[in-house]
Amino acid sequence: MTSGLDVRGITHRYGKKTALNDIGFSLDKGLFCALLGPNGAGKSTLFSILTRLFVPDAGEVMVDGHSLAREPGKALARIGVVFQQPTLDLDLTVRRNLKYFAALHGLAGKDADRRIETSLEQVNMAERAAEKVRALNGGHRRRMEIARALLHGPAVLLLDEPTVGLDAETRSSITGHVHNLASEQGLTVLWATHLVDEVRGSDHLVVLHRGKIHANGNAAEIAGDVSLQTRFLEMTGGGK
Amino acid sequence: MKAALICLVAIVHREALRFVSQRGRFLAAIVRPLVWLIVFAAGFRAALGLSIQPPYQTYITYEIYIVPGLCGMIQLFSGMQSSLSLVYDREMGSMRLLLTSPIPRWWLLFCKLFASTAISIFQVYTFLAIAALTGIGFSPAGYLAILPALIVNGLMLGALGLLLSSTIRQLENFAGVMNFVIFPMFFLSTALYPLWKMAEASTILRDICAFNPFSHGVELIRFALYGQVDWMALLWVLLAFAIFLSGSLWGYDPSRSMVRRKA
Ligand SMILES: Nc1ncnc2c1ncn2[C@@H]1O[C@H](COP(=O)(O)OP(=O)(O)OP(=O)(O)O)[C@@H](O)[C@H]1O
Ligand SMILES: [Mg+2]
Repeated sequence: MTSGLDVRGITHRYGKKTALNDIGFSLDKGLFCALLGPNGAGKSTLFSILTRLFVPDAGEVMVDGHSLAREPGKALARIGVVFQQPTLDLDLTVRRNLKYFAALHGLAGKDADRRIETSLEQVNMAERAAEKVRALNGGHRRRMEIARALLHGPAVLLLDEPTVGLDAETRSSITGHVHNLASEQGLTVLWATHLVDEVRGSDHLVVLHRGKIHANGNAAEIAGDVSLQTRFLEMTGGGK
Repeated sequence: MKAALICLVAIVHREALRFVSQRGRFLAAIVRPLVWLIVFAAGFRAALGLSIQPPYQTYITYEIYIVPGLCGMIQLFSGMQSSLSLVYDREMGSMRLLLTSPIPRWWLLFCKLFASTAISIFQVYTFLAIAALTGIGFSPAGYLAILPALIVNGLMLGALGLLLSSTIRQLENFAGVMNFVIFPMFFLSTALYPLWKMAEASTILRDICAFNPFSHGVELIRFALYGQVDWMALLWVLLAFAIFLSGSLWGYDPSRSMVRRKA
């Protein structure tokens, strides 16, 4: 069986600074993987590479069996992404934003409309379709970005710190929703965060620190007999 | 194929919506050349004797002379404006959304280019309509014949904007671009004075003007207005377009991308 996301030996430098050093991990379909790392670990750099915003100095990425370098169109079509920084057009309505995105994936007409309705329903935002994004609160904007990332039916969902700036309740509802997407719809999820409490014991966990992988496996097993928080602080040297 | 068209329509539509929402931009784009036309041209008319030269067959007034240059000016400003919005898109992250589409990147960039050209042409015709109302009109065939010239010129200037947007990192640097690109390109061209007039001032000035692709864009429009094709200018504009476009494709290439800095 091909894995959902396969990252092999990724190395990337900004000038002299090595932001990612030989990163590799493989995620089965339907797996929720938390990419845990403090500020500056290299999470966003990895996301830029996974979405082909730029090509790494070394290494390869396979998305649902397609090489990002050799078949970028096919690989990108299988990816849904929520970037750390919001990418919404504030002066357009929710529906217009989604339509624009659908068109970027070659979807239009009835098919696009149907997908927009379904994905908004999934995040309980169907009734907000006609509102301008500017009028939405942070939680709704995030949910909308998740809905947008799922519009074209990707196999892999990438989220870069999707809960930053949200209140506790919204955070846990979004975290729960995305966990369900993995377990119920078989999506491969890569969820970057620096917050240990967003990781569940059953999740797959990759700990990234200063561009290197410090742990890669089942979250509960990595934690062992101490709390994950304690283990994480150990690995990252007291938070820095 | 179908996906590429859907994408084109969506990008053009989005740029059009953005343009409509920025009424100030439209107003400035139209008022700027009108001021030149009405205030300056009237003032300079006496001072500038223009002899008969192609494509003109009689003596012409200065207003008539500068209209093609002002059309070019609208397209120049419009091209830079789109470049500015590309840089803005990158700062705001919506560029990332565009670039992660599975549709080939060169096509996405071409869609942007196409959208900015279409918008600049719309502005040019609005300007020409107002000019005609003030009595500075041309033949109906001329208005039609300049369309291809406007398309080529718009693509060339749009590609220049694209190229600049791939190199300029921050919005703040944009004022510099205005000073170092728009003004020299406009003033050191045949938009305001014919080449022979420039030669009277200095031969270096004349040579710069003759080299400036913007001059050729303006001449292309000027000749088209009289149903003629300035082949040399066309060639020059197409060449500049090819150079600017390959430069920007290079700049947006993910493996040596300028985007990597800001992504
Ligand atoms: N464009 C850039 N130029 C130079 N260095 C960069 C650039 N972008 C990131 N870096 C550096 O690379 C390292 C990794 O950055 P990255 O943004 O990937 O980290 P991150 O894990 O996403 O952090 P955060 O939690 O703050 O979002 C950091 O040390 C950062 O300073
Ligand atoms: Mg980050």
